Amino acid sequence: MKWNVVVGRYDPTNPPARNGANGYPPPYENAPPRNYQSFEVELPEHAVVLDALIEIREYQDESLVVRCACRSAICGSCAMWVNGHARLACKSKLRDFTVDGKVTVESPPSMPVIRDLACDMTPFWEKNRKVRPWLENRLPIPEGEEYRVPNAAMENLIQEVSCISCGACLMDCESFAINKDFLGPAALAKAYRYTADPRDDQEKQRLKEYSEANGVWDCTHCYECVQQCPKGVAPLDQILKLRRLAVDAGFTNNPGTRHADAFAESVRDSGRLNELTLMPKSVGLFNIRAQLQALPTALRLLRAGKLPPVFHEKIPGLKRVKNIFNKLGGRFK
Amino acid sequence: MIVDHDVVVLGAGLAGMRAALEAARSGVNVAIVSKVHPVRSHSGAAQGGINAAIGEGDSWEIHAFDTIKGSDYLADQDAVEVMCSEAPQDIIELEHMGVIFYRDDQGKLGTRAFGGASKARTYFVGDITGQALLYTLYDQILKAGVKVYEEWFSTDLYVVDGQCRGTVALDMMTGELHLLRCGAVIVASGGMGRVYEPSTNALICTGDGIALAYRAGAPLMDMEMVQYHPTTLKGTGFLMTEAARGEGAYLLNADNERFMQRYAPKMVELASRDVVSRSETIEIAQGRGIDGCVLLDMRHLGRDVIMHKLPQIHEIALDFLGVDMITDPVPVRPGMHYIMGGVKTDVHGAAPLPGLYAAGECACVSVHGGNRLGANSLLDTLVFGRRSGAAASEYIKGVKPLTTGEDFLAAEQQRISELLERPYAGETHARVRLELGTMMDQYVGVYRDEAGLNAALSKLHDLKRRYDLVSVGDKSRVFNQALTFVIELGYMLDCAEATILSALTRKESRGAHSRTDFPQRNDAEWLKHVLIRRSPGQAPSIDFVPVTITKWPPQERTY
Repeated sequence: MKWNVVVGRYDPTNPPARNGANGYPPPYENAPPRNYQSFEVELPEHAVVLDALIEIREYQDESLVVRCACRSAICGSCAMWVNGHARLACKSKLRDFTVDGKVTVESPPSMPVIRDLACDMTPFWEKNRKVRPWLENRLPIPEGEEYRVPNAAMENLIQEVSCISCGACLMDCESFAINKDFLGPAALAKAYRYTADPRDDQEKQRLKEYSEANGVWDCTHCYECVQQCPKGVAPLDQILKLRRLAVDAGFTNNPGTRHADAFAESVRDSGRLNELTLMPKSVGLFNIRAQLQALPTALRLLRAGKLPPVFHEKIPGLKRVKNIFNKLGGRFK
Repeated sequence: MIVDHDVVVLGAGLAGMRAALEAARSGVNVAIVSKVHPVRSHSGAAQGGINAAIGEGDSWEIHAFDTIKGSDYLADQDAVEVMCSEAPQDIIELEHMGVIFYRDDQGKLGTRAFGGASKARTYFVGDITGQALLYTLYDQILKAGVKVYEEWFSTDLYVVDGQCRGTVALDMMTGELHLLRCGAVIVASGGMGRVYEPSTNALICTGDGIALAYRAGAPLMDMEMVQYHPTTLKGTGFLMTEAARGEGAYLLNADNERFMQRYAPKMVELASRDVVSRSETIEIAQGRGIDGCVLLDMRHLGRDVIMHKLPQIHEIALDFLGVDMITDPVPVRPGMHYIMGGVKTDVHGAAPLPGLYAAGECACVSVHGGNRLGANSLLDTLVFGRRSGAAASEYIKGVKPLTTGEDFLAAEQQRISELLERPYAGETHARVRLELGTMMDQYVGVYRDEAGLNAALSKLHDLKRRYDLVSVGDKSRVFNQALTFVIELGYMLDCAEATILSALTRKESRGAHSRTDFPQRNDAEWLKHVLIRRSPGQAPSIDFVPVTITKWPPQERTY
């Protein structure tokens, strides 16, 4: 079969002019523009995008740069944008991704580009290093034998251990898109992997670190990481587990926990969300500076007629809501 | 640029990272050079597990015997003793590093059955054991702060006065060549699977370190011993782990018969890999195959076992062939998977060239002899990675620092520049590589004979002549993959030469080397290793070394 593959090329020794629009939506408007080149390849019906790229590189244009090794979704080399979302090229069937007669691939604009389809993964590896991704052994280390731990405790970690570090989650992470310091989905999933390992000694210290700025609370639950992960790691699920562990361990003095608490308190006390108090409670009631910083946003909301009502009304039957809280127990009983 | 280290490791798979970790622990200045990021290494694709005799009723001697029998008595028994007796401590150490091994009801390490093993001694993490180990070791080298030159590609070894003193490497990101000077080099660059087409191996398995050592004058051993894995996926050739059969999967022919019952009445599907691959080849050749394949049947294992213990191969078969192994058998065929041969080393990983060490698939200690048992390769990487790291760290204490190397680096820069500038003459690396791989699979595969091997040799000479005309279709400095592919092809041609010449030499059938013109094992004449070496500018020469026998005299091999 004939397939049409459009490849976003980028040559660092001859970069395209930056003045025009690059075609990317915000916040990627500053990413270097790509030069889109169309290739036609002859491949069987079940072929994947990577097959096409290898075919092009071997028989049409040897200068096409694409990282790949295993071809079977194990090595994690070939994550790239396929039709505007991060995917493994080796796992994306041409027939599934050909839309209007073509499939478009490019290095994701969320990452620095090196050349063609190879992006600079340094941000990814740096984030990984920042979460201290190694076992800090619980002492004493058993002499000449293994730690005795239940199999369930190991199976609990296999979801993260399945991560192949392809970076697809980070490439499409909406929080990372606007905050390059956010630790990101993969690194935080890795953080959970060692935090929840019963052989690790640093659970508290880790939870404290991960609760700080750019950590677990900076995730916006957009679910892009869950959707893009080719190995079912579901990084967001691991982040949520870390949040629960952190709160249970008492690491609550941070905007993230306060934000979650403000939600819960408002619903408990009025049956609905009081959006007006949400922001001050999240940043801290006495954090005047942060509240002043939010003033322009509040004014814009006001102009657009979207500022929440000043008088927050309780819903009828509030007692039943309180009963739910009581039944659930926990911190908001 | 010239940079100095005490020890430089080529490759960042399990053997390389384990070697580097050991060197770092010894307090020496160690660096890893790897053409891909460490976690992209092909060790990560190992699925089934890692062997060690830890459990009750098992002993390292039984493990050693299984290994030696599996090797068809070509393994050096002193080396096998080292590997099997040290295996338990390495598994325990991995567990202490954080590998999430499967546990039994008591929370102790649990095992699964594997091919050619008389006891269930394979420790595992689902069917991603290699990946779990690779990441744990990567985490450990991060913890230890080991320097890694990521995406640096080795183009030559630096040999001074008969000692290996470093490597020249291309920094892919900038296109610049650098000399990494050191007291000892540990080659841990993996196998040469891409010499064959198809192969289960990743595209990066191009025999770089083997060829570099060969060119530097180090002897290669047992290069004729090429393992075909019995269960590689139809079409793409991806690996379907032996753990599937370890968990109870059947192999069926077109008559729906478990044909292995005829070839290996005791072990059936769990006979050693050379035996199963030969049996499949016979079934297919005699017309009982299905479209060039046999069937791997897991339906009776049930969804639970498949999804919990073999999820990755379930996903691969579904993704790449559209077969759901819960409801349908998977078509498989023997496919090139592993090389038992490699750079000859002693039990400390030392090659006969001073300052040169090797560990992992690129090395030949020899613990696998004529046929490697499943789940012994990960073990090999760890035991001999560790030992070579320790030995190299000790060796460098007696080595004086170097101040030379500018000329060598300049000459290498010149050589690479000329290669880049070579004009297009109608030959491309892709075409030559494809012809090489197809030819090797045809003539130097499961069955071989004199005529086929001679045909392979003459084809190889032809390909080598054409290789000299191959041009690099990319002139950029930044991330020039075409350049590295051309250099890799040169490595592959050298590896193929060593394999073909060694296969022509061994006039018997042993392990993975089955000669239809010499169908019997011949201990009287061939209980010895085939060594091949090439001095610069000379034709390759063949030599022999005896097999070390300690406790287990050769017997007839049945499963």
